[in-house]
Amino acid sequence: MATESLSLAPPVAERPGPIGWTRRNLFATPFDVALTILIALFLLWIVPPLVRWGVVDASFTAPNRDLCPADGACWGIVRDRFHQYLFGLYPVDQYWRIFAGGLLLILGCVPLAVRRFPHKVLYGVAFMVIYPYVASWLFEGGGPIQPVIDTPLWGGLFLTLIISIVGIVASFPIGIALALGRRSTMPVIRALCVAFIELVRGVPLVTVLFMASVMLPLFLPPGWSIDKLMRALVGVSLFSGAYMAEVIRGGLQALPKGQYEAASALGLTYWQSMRLVILPQALRLVIPGIVNSFISLFKDTSLVFIMGLYDLLGISRLIVTSKEWLGHDIESYIFAAFGFWIFCFAMSRYSQRLERRLHTGHRH
Amino acid sequence: MRSELATSEVPRVPFYRDPRIRALFYQLLVVLFVVGGTAILIHNTLLNLARLGVASGFGFLARPSGFDIGQHLIDYSAQSTFGRAFLVGFINTIIVAILGIVLATIIGFLMGIARLSHNWLVSSLATVYIEVVRNIPLLLQLLLYYAIIVHALPQPRESATLFDAILLNTGGLFLPRPLPQPGFWLWVAIVVLALLAIPVVMKLSTRRRELTGHALPTTPIVIGLLLLIPAGYFLTGRPLAFDYPQMGRFRPSGGLVVQPEFVALVVGLAIYTGSFIAEIVRSGILSVSKGQWEAALSLGLSRGRTLRLIVVPQALRVIIPPQTNQYLNLTKNSSLAVAIGYPDFFNIAGTINNQTGQAVEVVAITMGVYLVLSLLTSVFMNWYNARMALVER
Repeated sequence: MATESLSLAPPVAERPGPIGWTRRNLFATPFDVALTILIALFLLWIVPPLVRWGVVDASFTAPNRDLCPADGACWGIVRDRFHQYLFGLYPVDQYWRIFAGGLLLILGCVPLAVRRFPHKVLYGVAFMVIYPYVASWLFEGGGPIQPVIDTPLWGGLFLTLIISIVGIVASFPIGIALALGRRSTMPVIRALCVAFIELVRGVPLVTVLFMASVMLPLFLPPGWSIDKLMRALVGVSLFSGAYMAEVIRGGLQALPKGQYEAASALGLTYWQSMRLVILPQALRLVIPGIVNSFISLFKDTSLVFIMGLYDLLGISRLIVTSKEWLGHDIESYIFAAFGFWIFCFAMSRYSQRLERRLHTGHRH
Repeated sequence: MRSELATSEVPRVPFYRDPRIRALFYQLLVVLFVVGGTAILIHNTLLNLARLGVASGFGFLARPSGFDIGQHLIDYSAQSTFGRAFLVGFINTIIVAILGIVLATIIGFLMGIARLSHNWLVSSLATVYIEVVRNIPLLLQLLLYYAIIVHALPQPRESATLFDAILLNTGGLFLPRPLPQPGFWLWVAIVVLALLAIPVVMKLSTRRRELTGHALPTTPIVIGLLLLIPAGYFLTGRPLAFDYPQMGRFRPSGGLVVQPEFVALVVGLAIYTGSFIAEIVRSGILSVSKGQWEAALSLGLSRGRTLRLIVVPQALRVIIPPQTNQYLNLTKNSSLAVAIGYPDFFNIAGTINNQTGQAVEVVAITMGVYLVLSLLTSVFMNWYNARMALVER
C-alpha cells in the first residue's frame, strides 16, 4: 500500500510567443528539425538569385530591349504593351467599343441580381440570346459603327474572356440536353448522348480545336466560310458542353428518386417536371462544379493560340516576337501567368466559399 | 361480366398518347435528324474535297513522308512512310505520358502529405506550390519552363561537359549511348531475375513469420541479390560498350540526346498534374477518420508508419478514382507538346495534315488513337481500383 502520494507532474511546458511557436511548428521532432533546415537551405539557394533577377537587377522602365539590363528582368515590357495584353491588336482609338460592350454586359446583368425582378429566368435567357449579337456588332463594327475591326485583331484578356464566357454560356444548354439524354429511357437517344460525351471527353481539347479548324470549313457548303474565332467558339462550346453534361448528371443523380416520382404523381409532363422540379434543384446542387468547370475552361481557352488566335497567352507570345522585345519571353509569360492566376485563384476561392455555404461537398 | 367492366371503364387511349409509341416516334425523329445532318455534312465535305483535289482514303499512309523527326526511338528517316511517322509520334507520346504519370504521382503524394504536415514551413511551401501551379494554364507553364531551360543552357560552343562523357547545351543533354555486345541479353536476364526474386523473398519471409514467428534474414539476401547485378556484368564479359557524344563544329554528334523540349514537357506535365494529385491525396487522407489515427498512435506506431500502414491504404480507395481522371488528363495534355515543338503524336499528325491535306483521315486517326489511349488507361485503373477496393468480409 502506498503511503505517500505521488507529486503531480508539472504541466507540459508550452511556451507562448514566437519561441514557443517556432518550437511547435518548426522543430517539434528531430525529423522536423532536419526538414526545416533542408528547406531553409533550399530557399536560401533559390530565392536570392530570383529576387536579384526579378527586382534588384531588374529594370521597370526600359522602353525597349536595347535599354534592358544584361542580367536582370526587364519589366518595361509590361508597361510598354499593357494595352495589348488587355485588348490585343484592337485599334487603340476604338477601345471605347470594348468598354461599351463591357458596360452593357454589367448593366444587363443587374436585373439578375435584383431579388424580386419578375420573370428572371425568361429575362436571363433572352439577354443571353440578344447580347452576343449586340456585342459582336459593337466589337466588329458595321453600319453606323466604323471602321470594321476583323476578329483576327481581337486579342488579349478581352479575347480570353469572350471565348470563356461564350463557352460556358453555350455549354449550359448543350450540357443540360446531353445530361437529360444520357438519363433518358429511350435507348437510341441515350446511346447517342453517351457516344458524344465519351468521344469528346476521351480526346484532348487541341484535337477538338484541330478538328474545328480543319473540318468545319469542309462541312460547310462550298463558297461559305467561317472565321477562326467562330471555329474556336464552336470547338470550345462542344468540348465544354460534354464536360458540363457530366457535372449536371451528377446533380440529377444526387436528387432523391422521390422528387421524380412526386413530380409525375402531380401529373406534370416530362418537360414540366424537369423545368419546374428537377432542374432547379439539380443545378443548384452543382453550382460549385459549374464554377470549377468554368475555371478549367478559362485556363483551356489558352489553347486557341495553337489555332493562331491571340488570346492573353497568344499575345504574350506575339509581343516577344516584335523587334522591340525579342528574347524577353520569360518576363512576358510571367506577366500573362499572373493575369490568369488572379482570375483563376479568385474564382476557386469563390467556389470554395460556395461549397461551404451550400454544403454540397459533404452532403452524403 | 368482369372483363366487360374492365374494357368499358378503361378509356381508350389514342395511339399518339401511348408512351411507348411516343418514345419510338421521338427516337425515329432523332435518328432521322442525325442521319440527315450527317449526310448533308458528308455531301458538303465530299464536294469541298473534290474542289480542293484531295483524294480520300488511307493510301497516303504508305507514301514516304519527306520530313524528319527530332526524336525517334525506332528507325525513322525522311524516306520512311507517313504510317511510320504516326508510329514514331505515338511512341513519343507514350514515353512522355508514362514518365509524366510516374513523376506527377511522386510529386503529388509528397506535396499532398506535406500540405498536412505539422511543420509550418513544409505545409506552407506545399500550399504555395499547389495554389500557384493549379491556377495557371498548363500551356503557359510549358512555354515558360521551355523558355527558362533554353535561356539557362549554354550555347553549343560553350557546352558544359562532365568527364567528357556528358555534354549539355541548347541542343539538349547528350549522354553516352549504350551499345549491347554479345552476352548482353544474358546479363539482362540475370538482372530481371534478381529483381523479381526480391518481392518473392519478401513474401516468403512474411509467410514464414506468420507460420513460425521468425522471419527470414531478408536484408543479407536482398543485398546478395543486388550484388548479383554487377557480378553478372563481369561474369558475362562486360557486355556493354558506349558511344560517347563528340563535340562537332556546330553540334555534338553521336550519343543519346535528351531534348530540352522533352524535359520541359515532362517536367511541366508532372508539376501541373502533381498539384491536382496533391489535392486529391490530401482530401483522401482527410477522409480517413480521426479514430484510425488515434488507434494507430495508441498502438505505438510512429507517425510515418501510421501513414504508411493504416492511413494511406484506406485513403487509396478515395484517391484512386479521381487519380484515374488525372492520369487521363495528363495523357491528353501531352498533346500540348505541339506548342514547344516536341514531336508527339498530335504534333506529327498536324505536320502530316499540312503535307498531305488529308484532314478527315488525319483527324479520324488522331481522335481514334487518343480515345484508345484513354480507354486503356481507364481499363487499367479500374482493374487497380477493383484490387484496392474494400473487401467486405
